[in-house]
Amino acid sequence: MQAAGVVFLMSLLVFSGVFLIGDPVEMLIAEDAEESDREMVKRNLGLDQPYYVQYLRFVAAALRGNLGDSFVFEEPALLLILDRMPATFELAIFALLLAIVIGIPLGMWAGLKPESISARTIMTSSILGFSLPTFWVGIMMIMLFAVVLGWLPSTGRGPTQSFLGLQVSFLSMEGWSHLILPAVNLALFKLSLVIRLARAGTREVMHQDYIKFARAKGVSRSRIILVHVLKNILIPVVTVLGLEFGGLVAFSVVTETVFAWPGMGRLLIESISTLDRPVIVAYLMIIVLLFVLINLVVDVLYSVLDPRVRLTDVKG
Amino acid sequence: MTTLNDAATDSLEHGATAKAVAVETPFRRFLADYCESKLSVVSFGVVVGILLIAIFAPWLAPTDPYDLSTVTVQDKTLPLGAVMGSGQIAYLGTDGAGRDMLSAIIYGLRISLIVGVGSGVVALLIGVSLGLIAAYAGGKVDTLIMRLVDIQLSFPAILIALVLLATLGKGIDKTIIALIVVQWAYYARTVRGSALVERRKEYIESAICLALPKRRIVFSHLLPNVLAPIIVVGTMQTAHAISLEATLSFLGLGLPQTEPSLGSLIAKGFDYVHSGHYWISTYPGIALLLTIVSINLVGDRLRDVLNPRLQK
Repeated sequence: MQAAGVVFLMSLLVFSGVFLIGDPVEMLIAEDAEESDREMVKRNLGLDQPYYVQYLRFVAAALRGNLGDSFVFEEPALLLILDRMPATFELAIFALLLAIVIGIPLGMWAGLKPESISARTIMTSSILGFSLPTFWVGIMMIMLFAVVLGWLPSTGRGPTQSFLGLQVSFLSMEGWSHLILPAVNLALFKLSLVIRLARAGTREVMHQDYIKFARAKGVSRSRIILVHVLKNILIPVVTVLGLEFGGLVAFSVVTETVFAWPGMGRLLIESISTLDRPVIVAYLMIIVLLFVLINLVVDVLYSVLDPRVRLTDVKG
Repeated sequence: MTTLNDAATDSLEHGATAKAVAVETPFRRFLADYCESKLSVVSFGVVVGILLIAIFAPWLAPTDPYDLSTVTVQDKTLPLGAVMGSGQIAYLGTDGAGRDMLSAIIYGLRISLIVGVGSGVVALLIGVSLGLIAAYAGGKVDTLIMRLVDIQLSFPAILIALVLLATLGKGIDKTIIALIVVQWAYYARTVRGSALVERRKEYIESAICLALPKRRIVFSHLLPNVLAPIIVVGTMQTAHAISLEATLSFLGLGLPQTEPSLGSLIAKGFDYVHSGHYWISTYPGIALLLTIVSINLVGDRLRDVLNPRLQK
């Protein structure tokens, strides 16, 4: 119920906000157009109506799955975005996987030997990790790997293959070479978070009775770490990352702009600069929906996975 | 983290200042704790240095990058150490319009800091007040404010800032507004959390028994005792705001090119990356990185030192 409220509230906010952005008619027609042409364009786009009429029309259409047509591409905005969505999701999923695969071992190592030099180095560099402005790192990566070394391409997505009906690039070497730089770039954004979570989790778990018991039982150290510790730190890490997936999708706006990745984030930036209202509104509505959905799923999953949550969730 | 207190008294006894042994005030103890990590001392020095550079930018910068009479296109994309038409040496090269990069960076740093610190201070004031009100008033007021905070924090900062700037348009004032809106919720949540804990303590109860006015209890009793987390969140948020502003300016939504921050300088340099003029976006980036990292290191250390839970 609250989720529906948020979606409605955001639709109102987003629509009013976008309504205030300059006059798209100015951007669309030639400067020497006649006044009558101007009026006609306005009427065709429904821009001559007062604000509340435009909003009600928008809601009525949105409930039927129609978020309006793009002013620029003259295609349904929803289709335009859905068309670009696989590219963004592919990027975000690979970034997430990279962050987990690199972050958890580093974080566990730092948690197991908190006083060692290597652990301190990891933790200090993790501060560097969330301090680094993603877009600048992206530019530096392009400079090093694409311009100076010439190993990897710096823009675009390369050729795509069909996979489960979606166009993806990870099936070919060419696609990989396009994917790797943006994915690493986006992963850096979450890497320090994973390291910190894994470290904190490991430090907490190591003091628990079941670890002491396992040790007393004579379980080998590597088995304790790989089975007992890893399992127990995975729950918080996965939950937080689930929540962060939406953040990755939103943040891919930056990475997509740097690497000219043809995803929906780049479409948003282009639409903002061309004042393509329906696309902006549609993008934001989809993102809001995505976030509400993620929050809902994580909430439900969390109470399923961890019975303690259900008992303590009574707010005092 | 085992014997932080012992270590603190140790370093007090062998402390660099002879007076340190005399009286152990909370501030001296804090200072000694903080100075235990050399990296933190260095980063604090860097932060102070950066602030000074930003404040005294007009006197430190070799040229005025906004003075169009001295900037000529003939000087464009000169490499490092080249001599410009005016006879000045461009230590960090020049950009696409012929501006001296070093001067542009110094001025850019100034704008980045104005936006970051300015928005941070206002957000802090709003967030702290609302957080205190929520914690002290409780009931419906609390629910309303915290529901708002929850909703806002469930969306990433960059998205909210993007929406706001797409709506408001470019400009230094609009960017500051967007950053305030993005940040206040973090302060409100932090302050409410610690204020709720403090509220149940005896000194607040006795203040209530003394029938002190509410405003006085909140601002002169409650507020000083929740300052520590505010300071920590404040440093981290300032770094975050500077980084976010740079990102927004890079996307072409933050500051206009007439008032270039470090982010806008990097954005401009991005156009030249493929032609090998690496310095235009590299050096503003390093300046930005240095600023953010040093502020974060200071914040990280402050959190360790000020967090009573870690001092066992």
